[in-house]
Amino acid sequence: MNLPMSWLNDYMDIDVTPKEYADRLTMTGSKVEGVENTGEEIQNVVAGKVLSCEPHPDSDHMSVCMVDIGEGEPVQIVCGAPNVKAGQTVPVAKHKSRLPGGVKITKGKLRGVMSNGMICSHEELGLTAQDLGYEPEYGILVLSDDIPAGKDIREVFGLNENVVEFEITSNRPDCFSIIGLARETAATLKKPFSVPEPKFSENSENISDTLSVEVLDKQKCLRYCAKMIKNVKIGPSPSWMVRRLHACGIRSINNIVDITNYVLLEYGQPMHAFDLRDLAGNKIIVRRADEGETIKTLDENDHTLTSDTLVISDAQKAVAIAGVMGGFNSEIKDDTTTVIFESATFDASSVRLTAQRAGLRTEASSRYEKGLDPNNTVPAVNRACELVEKLGCGEVVGGIIDICGDIKNPKELSFRPEKINAFLGTDISLSDMTEYLKALEFTVDTNKMTVTAPTFRPDIECEADVAEEIARFYGYDNIPSTLLSGEATVGGKTPEQTAKDRICELLTAQGLNETYTYTFTSPSIFDKLSIPADSLLRRTTKILNPLGEDTSVMRTTTIASMLEVLARNYNRKNENTKIFEIGKIYLPSGKAGELPDEQEIISMGMYGGNIDFYTIKGICEALADNLHVKNVTYEADSENPTFHPGRTAKILTCGKAIGIVGQIHPSVTERFGIDAPCYAAEINFTDLFENINSDIKYKQLPRFPAVTRDIAMLVDRKVPVAELETAMRGAAGKTLESITLFDVYEGEQIPEGKKSVAYAISFRAPDRSLTNEEVNGTFDKIVKALETKTGAQLR
Amino acid sequence: MKEKLEQIKNKAEEALAHAADIDALEKIRITYLGKKGELTAVLKGMGALSPEERPVIGALANEVRSFLEKEIDEKKSQITAKLQNEQLKREVIDVTMPGSKQDIGRLHPLTKVLNEIKDIAIGMGFSIAEGPDVEYDYYNFEALNIPKNHPARDTQDTFYIEDNIVLRTQTSPIQVRVMEKQKPPIRVIAPGRVYRSDAVDATHSPVFHQIEGLVVDKGITMADLKGTLEAFMKRLYGSDTRVRFRPHHFPFTEPSAELDISCFVCGGEGCRVCKGEGWIELLGCGMVHPKVLANCGIDPEVYSGFAFGCGLERIAMGRYDIDDLRLFFENDLRFLKQF
Repeated sequence: MNLPMSWLNDYMDIDVTPKEYADRLTMTGSKVEGVENTGEEIQNVVAGKVLSCEPHPDSDHMSVCMVDIGEGEPVQIVCGAPNVKAGQTVPVAKHKSRLPGGVKITKGKLRGVMSNGMICSHEELGLTAQDLGYEPEYGILVLSDDIPAGKDIREVFGLNENVVEFEITSNRPDCFSIIGLARETAATLKKPFSVPEPKFSENSENISDTLSVEVLDKQKCLRYCAKMIKNVKIGPSPSWMVRRLHACGIRSINNIVDITNYVLLEYGQPMHAFDLRDLAGNKIIVRRADEGETIKTLDENDHTLTSDTLVISDAQKAVAIAGVMGGFNSEIKDDTTTVIFESATFDASSVRLTAQRAGLRTEASSRYEKGLDPNNTVPAVNRACELVEKLGCGEVVGGIIDICGDIKNPKELSFRPEKINAFLGTDISLSDMTEYLKALEFTVDTNKMTVTAPTFRPDIECEADVAEEIARFYGYDNIPSTLLSGEATVGGKTPEQTAKDRICELLTAQGLNETYTYTFTSPSIFDKLSIPADSLLRRTTKILNPLGEDTSVMRTTTIASMLEVLARNYNRKNENTKIFEIGKIYLPSGKAGELPDEQEIISMGMYGGNIDFYTIKGICEALADNLHVKNVTYEADSENPTFHPGRTAKILTCGKAIGIVGQIHPSVTERFGIDAPCYAAEINFTDLFENINSDIKYKQLPRFPAVTRDIAMLVDRKVPVAELETAMRGAAGKTLESITLFDVYEGEQIPEGKKSVAYAISFRAPDRSLTNEEVNGTFDKIVKALETKTGAQLR
Repeated sequence: MKEKLEQIKNKAEEALAHAADIDALEKIRITYLGKKGELTAVLKGMGALSPEERPVIGALANEVRSFLEKEIDEKKSQITAKLQNEQLKREVIDVTMPGSKQDIGRLHPLTKVLNEIKDIAIGMGFSIAEGPDVEYDYYNFEALNIPKNHPARDTQDTFYIEDNIVLRTQTSPIQVRVMEKQKPPIRVIAPGRVYRSDAVDATHSPVFHQIEGLVVDKGITMADLKGTLEAFMKRLYGSDTRVRFRPHHFPFTEPSAELDISCFVCGGEGCRVCKGEGWIELLGCGMVHPKVLANCGIDPEVYSGFAFGCGLERIAMGRYDIDDLRLFFENDLRFLKQF
């Protein structure tokens, strides 16, 4: 909402600078976004009197003028306009002046003759025919002769206007008006304020003799007022009115339409003007539209209406969509002679829905949908009549049509100053509270201790709302700052939150960088990931109104997000990319009205350099190890189509799968545009967390030496080492301390289809030094088990 | 004999003077002091001496022996020191060459800022609450005093899953979930991901993050709100930071405020970052609306509370001078590695 300061000055004198004004209003809750001076771009341009005008000696179209610019000696100016004449009063851009668009004027020679500035056209001053109120002739702008030489041109055209731009919150529709902002200003600057009552004279006729109004839906139309103007003379509006509308972002149309817009801005009350000729049967009916009824609105768009749309109609047809926009069929025309002013209040949510459905957001609808004061309709329409009289553009017909619907009166609220002080943490006196509230036109009853908000403040519903009004004008700055007292709370993180922090530490320590990816994705990723058509992963939570297909479903896997990040880094030539994220997936329950199951997934992805399957597996192992996850095992998984069938493992804890780790299938990486092997892992955080052993106990450091034996064997290359280890552990007994794989070899000197595997096995007893015989016995058992259970042969 | 000893001593001294390495020293030791060495030979020949001469020569021989032993030791440490010096000189490296760095990953800048905020909050006795991204309309709007058709819904362009299920547009629904489950005193912060249907550009993203704070107890005042957030901001932005509360409107708080901090770039003088205002708008806050308390089964006549919420990206952008929101979600390693 824009507020021209001169308009505010109609109600009170503002004796603070625009900056201070902006600061003070901001601090009472009317946030100022900025103050703009409309004449800012024009500098050093004054009115001048052309004393003489001679042809340029060296040009067939230029003239050399002597101009009095109110500085004693007249100055010489060369002018190229055909209409310049001696005796005119004209705008003169002096030496070192500025014009709109960043134009700078300095003195200089034009075809050898010195020119000390420029005589300006209206375009050069950034003025339109609208600003002037008439169409000027081609060439320089000729001003009225009563303007003295030397007068600043911004003052001549009222261009030195400070326009304050306010951010109005949705709870304050009353502040979408000059009067509303004036009221806030008066309360803030502690100035007296009252809305002047419109004064005008009426003829002896009565509107009711000509027009009849019927309101059929009194829930949706809370009040409908109409006044009639006859002998209307349509024409341009005066420049002061045009300028004010312009400063508020509204284009001038003609005097009658401008009056409705002027009142809209001033009172915050949308108005509409109908041409009586177009109201069939001289009748206005406020009714629901017929299903499928059509109307062409003022912007010349056709709309098909539904039966819950409120329309204004005449005896035959709809002439306006109530609260949104008037109809093209009844607009004000150049030859309109009789006008009906409508000033009505419509139900907020009805207007909101209608405007949304029609795709029309207008000055009117944006005010109606926040809830307007039905008591504002009569003063507003009267103000319109006053303006008609002031502009001399018609004759106000006597009488008013005023039909009230279901108007709710504001509630009387209890007023407990001690409670408000306790709530705010302040010590504001009753008289101060009363003063703040009265400035806002609240009614305070100190006997009954009640407070009643004015009808234009439907946002005031409870005592907390009253407390806010008091706090605003007491000043938020004046409220003390205290620290929390009362019962202490311990605070802190849950074990899950701590575990997640630890996971971030462990993964960054291993060189992975944390990422944040979008949680919604494209349904096409399932094909990209080679996920089969019947997979449950394809059952997604869908967004009804997505921004686009590529962000239209909530993800059920993090692999695609991970691969997208890898691909982006790959395309940008970032080598050795290792990343991770702890992010959510969303698994729909399949039942309407239920939220999806949101699960947190630790996902990792990497490519480049020396990275292979064992790199990422090692990271998973170190993670599980450091978190003390119980019984982690890995099992080959050749079934997951997203992954390489021979280089992928399920991660299990206590036999239950909690994740997957492996190389991404080359067809998948190719689809993501990555020409390098990629490795990824997904681990379900909750499953992992549930298997964390939090009961860690110290084990005594060994006091007796360990005995180590190396073992090398030949075994079928298909036998996984995990099987060998299981066989060894099964046979080794209590003295086994550790089994460490140190070599796997295939190739020369190894028979086809076999591999050589070598381990270091360590034995130790807690209470004695082991003898060679003991160790040899165990070792023999291990060898035997390997032979019988895995077919391994000692090398 | 005496001359012989002198002679040995002189010869040995002479040899020691020329000994250049440990081997030479060892040879000298063997030559004079070894089992078959010259001095040993002299001592072996002592039997032929008269009883009067024997102690004198014996003493002299021992003297020579310990003299030589000492000389050899000294020479040995000299040579060792010299050798070590030479060794050290050979081992000189270019210490300006880069070290062999472990490639340690980085936390995302949003996590770093969030961790800072969590630490401050925990220090003030707050816990950390969480809630679902896919949320009921009731929690995201209605329980927060934003009924259907409320104009405030316009400013939060919502993604819908079903009629009554949305992608949460704010972290405030977590407030409601916490109050439903937990009785006062409540002190929580609730960070989380939120969604609004804004097309992506340098300052808009359909996905971003907020942090919500909620305090509910008996006797919580607006002065407590001010004091708590002031302390919070001073911890986050430095003790010189000034804080300003401006009246504002949120449907779920009353009174409501926006909190500005003095610009952390210019300190309030006015600059590019604060657009000349000297203040930076940072968060929204207010006293929890009595209707919201009542919706959660908390009696507003007995309890009161305050809530605040702010955008994590905004804080991180200010902190690290990041001018494009998209960088957070692109995850370019060259970006991630800077934090």
